[in-house]
Formats: sequence, structure tokens, C-alpha cells
Amino acid sequence: MTSAAIPPQTTSAVAMIRTLGLIAALCGLIIVSAYQGTYDAVQENKRIAVERAVFKVIPTAKSIVEYAAAPIGTIVKVGAGGTAPNAVPEGAVKFYAGYDASGKLSGIAAEGVAKGYSDNVRILYAYDPATAMISGFGVVAMRETPGIGDKILVDKGFLASFPLQASLSADGAILSREIVTVKHGSKANPWEIDAITGATITSRAVGRAINDSAKRLLPRIVPRISELKEQP
Amino acid sequence: MTLTSVTRWDEFMEGIWRQNPLFVMVLGLCPALAVTVSAVNALSMGLATTFVLTCSCVLVSLLRKLIPKEVRIATYIVIIATFVTVVDYLIQAVSLALYDALGAFIQLIVVNCIILGRAEAHASKNPLLPTLINALGMSAGFTIGLFALGSVREILGAGTFFGIPLFGPDFQPWVVMVLPPGGFFVLGAWLLIFAAIARRKQRKLAEATQNA
Repeated sequence: MTSAAIPPQTTSAVAMIRTLGLIAALCGLIIVSAYQGTYDAVQENKRIAVERAVFKVIPTAKSIVEYAAAPIGTIVKVGAGGTAPNAVPEGAVKFYAGYDASGKLSGIAAEGVAKGYSDNVRILYAYDPATAMISGFGVVAMRETPGIGDKILVDKGFLASFPLQASLSADGAILSREIVTVKHGSKANPWEIDAITGATITSRAVGRAINDSAKRLLPRIVPRISELKEQP
Repeated sequence: MTLTSVTRWDEFMEGIWRQNPLFVMVLGLCPALAVTVSAVNALSMGLATTFVLTCSCVLVSLLRKLIPKEVRIATYIVIIATFVTVVDYLIQAVSLALYDALGAFIQLIVVNCIILGRAEAHASKNPLLPTLINALGMSAGFTIGLFALGSVREILGAGTFFGIPLFGPDFQPWVVMVLPPGGFFVLGAWLLIFAAIARRKQRKLAEATQNA
């Protein structure tokens, strides 16, 4: 197209590109400074949120160390003094070890996820290596119906299902019994969770979240639990 | 008050009352219905929107002579998206619990039609000061609207106000109010009140002109 073909009142292509480029550069500058400026505070907030959740499920813990359990054998420490979070081996399962004031292992916490009534229910559960039991759980994030699904945090019958048996089979490769949620009032075994009437779907999500995570994590860490006994 | 300060005040009040984005123009309903389950959430959403609306309108107003009309929408969206990203990081830095509670609706401020509407209809045609006043008025109107929804829903649906229990342990919360249908009920009730007031005003005005 020649310049004569463009009517005089039309903005030139150069002007449009210049404006868009200029504004994009300005906006880029604003975004990057906001990101840099808030990065430390955001990371600190995330760390505090995780710590608070872990301390809640392992009440005896005084300090927390983050680990990742690789599919074959090894357990690596993540974060300060260990592997960088982005260098965790592929397929590894993250978990937290809580240590008491004297530096002895007081419990293991790990995250589990399952589909609830609306959106995923993300929980953090605690495993007690001394008794091979799941001692309790806390919610990381859920969007369950207020007054119905969120009863999983307060319902006495439901919470009385804990501690749950989570022992491994003889060869140590699987859970000896899968953790299941059963109909309200029919819990008869230590690996069953008593569902809440009216909130069955959320109750099942908790059971599935624990089971799916525990059957991946426990066979990897139970044989090597001695490595975790003392605070590194 | 001088004449200019009267018109400025008038311009500010326009967003709060006559042109209230929520109750008169009925814009921005997506966050208005979704996040107003508690007074704190509603107020935070209102403040986040205030930040984005004010900053984008100021920038659009400052750059208005530079922006060719052919690419204005693209420019406004880039500017709005920038401030939404900034507010996203700011909320994460202030409180992760609040960030989780507001969820995807922080990012969705970018498509809040009040903001693009203000940029296009007002900021792109006016100098800095009137733009700032108009944007602050509109934001205040939107925040008040959200707060009106959020406080009613929290009081009825949870029996609390800013997390403080109001009715004692025997209160059976009206759970539907914090569920999505409750948002529609409460918004409907507020619209009804506003419509009733407007109608009464009209009738009074008609009577006054008849008597005159």
C-alpha cells in the first residue's frame, strides 16, 4: 500500500504499534516491580500457612522439615539445606516431618486431594509412625457447602473414626487394608471412616484423599523411617 | 462551597447514588454475587476493584491523547490487566486466607464491565481530576453495594458480622443466604428497596409539579 492510499484522518500503523508497544512496556515494568516487591512477603505467607496446617495435625511438633520421597528408595530433604524445590525428582511425593522440642520425630504429615461435592477437597493428614495409624487430618482448601460439607471438621462421629489403621502388607508394597469411608453407623474396622449423614460425598472425599496419598507415600517411607527419626 | 467544588461533589456522589454501578446500572454482578458471603470478603473485593478502577482510569486519562482510537480497547485491557495482576500479588502478600476466599474472582476483575465501561465512557474523554473523582465515586458506590450484600448475607447466613457472633449459640444460621441462591435473594431485595425509593421520589416530584 502506498502512503497516498491512506486517507489523512487515519492513524498511521506506526503510531498504533508505537502506542501499544509503549503501553505494553510500561505495564510490563509495573507488573515486574509488583512481583519483585511482594515476592518475599508472599513466600513467607505460604510458608506460615503450611507450618500452621502441619502444627495443627501434629500437635506435638515444634519444628518442621520438608522432604520428598522418590519412587525408588531415596528420601531427599527439600528447601533450606537440601534440594531446591524445583529440583525434586520426578514422581516424588512431598511430605513434612514434624519434630518435637528434643529433635525426635513426632509425626509425618502429607497432603491428599480428592473430588468433593464442589471442587477438590485438599487435606493434610498426619501419620504416626510409632503406631502405624493416621492420627487425624486438617483441611487445606475446600469449597464444600457451608453447614453441610464443612461438618467434616466438627462432626463428632466422623472425627471419632480417627486414628485409622494404615499398616502395610507383609511385603511392604501396599496398604494391608485400603482406607474406605462407610455408611454412617456401619464402621466396624479400624481402617474405616464413619460417613456423615447428609455429607456422604465430602466424607468419601476425605477417605479417598487419605487412601490415595497414603498408599503412594507410606510404602516409600516406612522402610526408611529410621533415616527420619532424628531432626537433621 | 464554590461552584466547582459543588459539581465535583456531585460528580463523586453520582457513582454512589444516581449511577450506582450495582444497584442502578446493575453491572459487575459476577463478583457481586459470588464473593459476598461475608462482610470482609465483600469489602476486600470492593477495595481491590477500587484500586484497579482508579489506577486504570488515571493511566487511561493521562495517556488519552496518545492512544489512537483504533487500538483503544486493546490498550485499556492491557492497562486493566496490569493493575489486576498487581492487586493479585498485593492480596497474596497481605493474606493468603483472603486470597483463597476470593479465589478466581480477583483475576476476573479484569473483565468487570464497570472498569472497561468507565475507561471507555469517562476516562478516555476527561482530564485527570474529573476522572479521578468519577472513578473514586464509582468505586465507592460499588464497594458500598458489595458491602450491603455481604453484611446482610453474613448476618443472616452465618449469624456473625465481621466474624463476631451476633445472636448467641442458639441461632440457627439461614445457610441458604451464604449459598449462591442467597446472593440473588439479597440482591433482589436491595434492588426492590432502591426501586421503591426511586418511585416514591418520582411520585413526589409529579405531585409537586401538579400543585405548582
